[in-house]
Amino acid sequence: MNKTLLIIRREYVTRVRKKSFIIMTLLTPFLFALIFIIPMLVMSNEDKNFKKIAVIEEGSDLFTNVIPDTKDTDFEYLQGVRLNDIKNNFSEMGYYGVLYISPQIVTTPDAIQLISRKQPPIGLLDHISGSLEKEIEKQKLLAYNIENLDEILRTINSSVRIQTIKMDESGSTRETSTGISMALAYLGGFLMYMLVFMFGSMVMRGVIEEKTNRIVEVIISSVKPVQLMLGKIIGVALVGLTQFALWIVLTLALVMVIKSSFLPEGTLEQMQQLPQSFAGADQAMAGAGTSTISAEQLTEFQELFAGALNQPWGLIIFSFIFYFLTGYLLYASLFAAIGSAVDNETETQQFMLPVTIPIILGLIVAMGTMQNPESSLSFWFSIIPLTSPIVMVARIPFDVPAWEIALSMGLMLITIFGAVWMAAKIYRTGILMYGKKTSYKELWKWLTYKG
Amino acid sequence: MALFEAQNVTKRFATQTALDSVSISVPEQSIYGLLGPNGAGKTTLIRIINQITAPDSGAIFLNGRPMRPDDVHNIGYLPEERGLYKKMKVGEQALYLAQLKGLSHAEAMRRLKYWFKKLEITGWWDKKIQELSKGMQQKVQFITTVLHEPKLLIFDEPFTGFDPINVKQIKEEILFLRERGATIIFSTHNMGSVEELCDHITLINKANTILEGSVEKIRRDWAENEFKIIFDGEVTPAGNGHFSVLNSVFEAGKSAVRIKATESGDTNEIIKAMTAAGKVVSFNPALPSMNEIFIRVVETRNREAAKN
Repeated sequence: MNKTLLIIRREYVTRVRKKSFIIMTLLTPFLFALIFIIPMLVMSNEDKNFKKIAVIEEGSDLFTNVIPDTKDTDFEYLQGVRLNDIKNNFSEMGYYGVLYISPQIVTTPDAIQLISRKQPPIGLLDHISGSLEKEIEKQKLLAYNIENLDEILRTINSSVRIQTIKMDESGSTRETSTGISMALAYLGGFLMYMLVFMFGSMVMRGVIEEKTNRIVEVIISSVKPVQLMLGKIIGVALVGLTQFALWIVLTLALVMVIKSSFLPEGTLEQMQQLPQSFAGADQAMAGAGTSTISAEQLTEFQELFAGALNQPWGLIIFSFIFYFLTGYLLYASLFAAIGSAVDNETETQQFMLPVTIPIILGLIVAMGTMQNPESSLSFWFSIIPLTSPIVMVARIPFDVPAWEIALSMGLMLITIFGAVWMAAKIYRTGILMYGKKTSYKELWKWLTYKG
Repeated sequence: MALFEAQNVTKRFATQTALDSVSISVPEQSIYGLLGPNGAGKTTLIRIINQITAPDSGAIFLNGRPMRPDDVHNIGYLPEERGLYKKMKVGEQALYLAQLKGLSHAEAMRRLKYWFKKLEITGWWDKKIQELSKGMQQKVQFITTVLHEPKLLIFDEPFTGFDPINVKQIKEEILFLRERGATIIFSTHNMGSVEELCDHITLINKANTILEGSVEKIRRDWAENEFKIIFDGEVTPAGNGHFSVLNSVFEAGKSAVRIKATESGDTNEIIKAMTAAGKVVSFNPALPSMNEIFIRVVETRNREAAKN
């Protein structure tokens, strides 16, 4: 068997069999699944206990029966009861809370109080304020003595939701969902940062192990140092791809299992399935409607669904894998060079800084990219090879012109050749040096050695 | 014919000279000892032979021609510090290193089984290196070094960490390897093993060769006209113009007497005196041990150096 292949196989097999790899591979999907599931559970587990709320109006009965009962909340309009009578013992009387509406409500919006022992759910507050607002508007309109007011009100009742449609130069349009794009950008950028760092430093630790255990001295009588370095980098890349693939499969499986066992079956279920399995972060929006299905929510789902389907999935997945491999290759060679230049892990600090700064800068810019994907900062950072893996992955869900992607990828490939060549030169010399602390000047000397 | 030769090899590090124009010549199918105090430059020389570092000046030859980079494939190297992956299993690791050396899986397995059985470590196959003691790790390393049957073997301190039983076992294996055609260079502090194993030695001190040649010849050269006589019964001969008695030990019915001939001492006269003194069991010239020679040479050199 080819010797480089042998090295790749060893690097791969020993890592994949490690307990830490198996634990990480199995546990991380639970974390991912939690990120997807928790918003759903929060939504579906919202305080569903039946509540009775006492409504007290002082000095008028303008709002009697204005707030309609909902599935889990009844409103009881108490006549002739003063707030002070009930304030201290509503709980004993079986009420969840007391809603106090003062006569000034028409003029002062905050002349209304909900007194309760527990924090009331936001849905309930929205329901109350929404009903009251409508009623107050109606009352105010009534004061103008308009004819057929009820009729007019019914016809003007409308709701607005912004549809975002992007148009490319050829004029064809595509509906997108900014929410999904943002979720994808965030997930992609962050995952890229994590993976590059994690597997890059895995390579570095491997190199240090071989150096300090003098394994290298034995092995270089069989293979060239460059073969050893490349074998390690490629082996670890395969470990990364394996782990990544397992994460996706396990996470999807987990999300399905948890959803089907915790959430009520419904007609929406199938509809939610697709967008969620693509990008779970839109849960917050999608999950809101598991209990009641209104026409409004249905359209919302349909739009989300369409938005998710309209994402350029092929490009997103392709570019993620491309940037993972190239970004990893770039940083892993730098990390390998660092590992070969030091005698132990604590000594890596001095060389780590210049390598970590671009990664962290990339992450920061990527996070900003979600707010403003077209800014010139995002543009430049997605072109410059050291930061482009993270920033470009975060930009792609927002539609990036093809030439920008091509330029970024092209530069990346050229840089990799440079980085691997440079790393190989440093590695070849560094891996056999012991004892003295390496300086940047020394590194430069190794780089410029001939032969 | 010399299998390996180093000519005037010099290596300097930033603050010190590790080797100063050192030459050695290792005959084929012999065992060559590299001796010297700690820090003398032995390991640097070994690293140069392995082409881990390049000499600043001088040249190294294999089979009479300058050494090429791919010549390292014909060298088996046992480093002083362990060169094994701590977390890998013994068998897997040995197999991996053997395959890297170019052996096929089947061939590597066959040879590994043979060596594991020979060194009585078959039961360790599935143990991790880090679970083994230092000596046990050394045995595994020894096997991985010799497995591909290289022409030239280099052992850097092969006996550290071994108990006497294992030292004996490894010594036997080294002699066996020489018999099968290998040429062996090894560095050690263990002078006993030098007398037993080495055909030739080089003694390096402070980057310079201070003694070299065949072990036999060196010991004879350094012999100081001393003799060892064994008598039946308790006998102490009296010194005369030809010799003086250095010491005499009576034990288990026999006397071991060590004498030193005077400068004008005549061996025949000495023998006469001995036979007159009692019943002689044996009469031998007393050769100095390598240990004595080592200490004498190094100390003399260091004293001279201090004077200058």
